Amino acid sequence: MNEFHFNRATTLAQAVQAGAKSSTAQLGATVRFVAGGTNLVDLMKLQVEHPEQVVDINSLPLNKVERVSGGGLRIGALVRNSDLAHDPIVARDYAVLSQALLSGASPQLRNMATTGGNLLQRTRCVYFRDIAHECNKRNPGSGCAAMEGHNRMLAILGTSDSCIATNPSDMNVALTALEATVQIQGVKGQRTVPISEFFLLPGSTPNRETVLEPGDLITSVTLPAPSPGTRSVYLKLRDREAYEFALASAAVVATVDGGTLRHVRVALGGVGTKPWRSAEAEQALEGKPVGSATFRAAAEAALRDAKPRSENAFKVELSKRCLVRALTLATTQA
Amino acid sequence: MASDSTVLDYEATPHPEPQTEDDAGVLEHRISRRSFLTQAGAAGVAVSTSPLLAAAEPAAAGPAATDAKAATGTTVPITLSINGEDHHLQLDPRTTLLDCLRENLNLPGTKKGCDHGQCGACTLHVNGRRVNSCLSLALMHAGDKITTIEGLGTPEKLHPMQAAFVEHDAYQCGYCTSGQIMSAVAAVKEPMGPSDDDVKHAMYGNICRCGAYPNIVAAVQHARKQA
Repeated sequence: MNEFHFNRATTLAQAVQAGAKSSTAQLGATVRFVAGGTNLVDLMKLQVEHPEQVVDINSLPLNKVERVSGGGLRIGALVRNSDLAHDPIVARDYAVLSQALLSGASPQLRNMATTGGNLLQRTRCVYFRDIAHECNKRNPGSGCAAMEGHNRMLAILGTSDSCIATNPSDMNVALTALEATVQIQGVKGQRTVPISEFFLLPGSTPNRETVLEPGDLITSVTLPAPSPGTRSVYLKLRDREAYEFALASAAVVATVDGGTLRHVRVALGGVGTKPWRSAEAEQALEGKPVGSATFRAAAEAALRDAKPRSENAFKVELSKRCLVRALTLATTQA
Repeated sequence: MASDSTVLDYEATPHPEPQTEDDAGVLEHRISRRSFLTQAGAAGVAVSTSPLLAAAEPAAAGPAATDAKAATGTTVPITLSINGEDHHLQLDPRTTLLDCLRENLNLPGTKKGCDHGQCGACTLHVNGRRVNSCLSLALMHAGDKITTIEGLGTPEKLHPMQAAFVEHDAYQCGYCTSGQIMSAVAAVKEPMGPSDDDVKHAMYGNICRCGAYPNIVAAVQHARKQA
């Protein structure tokens, strides 16, 4: 681990000011915020992250889950993943989020990890995590060892000639299906970004993963009010029953109105370079009758543009079946 | 000490002489695995071909020593509350909570397995909640109450979970055990269903290479009734 200066921010303004000293908020940032530390400290040990300054934001007042006017739910950036998963409102009204959180990591990690940190969780691509290998995300232009290497866990949607790294977070997939918004405090004040715009595709700049600018600090994530009668499900498929990242996952939110699907939202995990909202699947589902034929047609539409690599072609079919199963679970009367 | 090198200098004495009466004072001094290997290294056995002893460098590099200073000499003061006792330290910011306990505070009960939050051997409690101490920086814990295995119970007064692990033979090599116990003590206070499968699910963040899982589950099921 490289040497760094450590400070504890006592106010939001202090944190933003400290962060603003970095020329980037993306990879290579010289100032990093630490909350749970489960991703940052891990990457610092691997020398993938090497900030000159680490700012501990754990004292900031960002750890509440509270209703907002209009019936939505605002989740503080410092709320621990375990607390969020077990929050009674989340468990009842946003079940997909609770299920997604509990499917990820381990109890110990969930006790440390925060909402903001999980949003910013970095890819598990083995070449990204090993500085001995060329990686366009770490070092734009240096090449991608994964393209012809071990790419079994990597993406088939949203990829580019530069990068095929998967976004590994389960929480992000659920938040995407729930159409969450992200509140950010920056040098120019506060702003809100819909989660669909928060993550960037790799394109030719895989080092740029989010819309965050220097000084930006995520303060909360807000969920819209739940629609009455909505059911939601998170289904995660992986090599082991637990403690493993997704090969394919699906977050589904839907209402069944007299046998017809309404207000359907679909997001896929394990297969995208960012949490993958599928407008194609939603269009194939909205207003259609509940049933396996409908679900399968939606799955085909969702994966139509998938670009498999040498070791992950199985994900195309697996992701389809995952979506079909998730839709079945979401629309079957409990 | 001359008598120590008689015992530990394998190069000079391939078969250590039995201890004499004069060495009684040396024998009474309790030698830990760590102090043995440290002294063996210092006595020059590092030049032997034994890979085990050759690897035992005296703790001096990086944040390992008791009064650690980074290469630039930058350390930060902090008071940490461990098992109810305050410790005033000067730490290199890179020091993880795990390394601080093991290297700076001589509390090696918490183990380093993977050092990357993937095995759970380093599990301890921060404010009563189980966490992986390898992925937290020590400097992040001012004002926190930290509990390690050393603070959970003593040989004379075992915590019920420790007693259950003993009774149910819930360990073999013992390396994952302190993490398993700390994890289990916290797990029974979290939402956890009643079945063996529920216990396995609650404990999946702790890996055991020896495969003591069935006995670990039995120990947790036994001890949870006494929580």
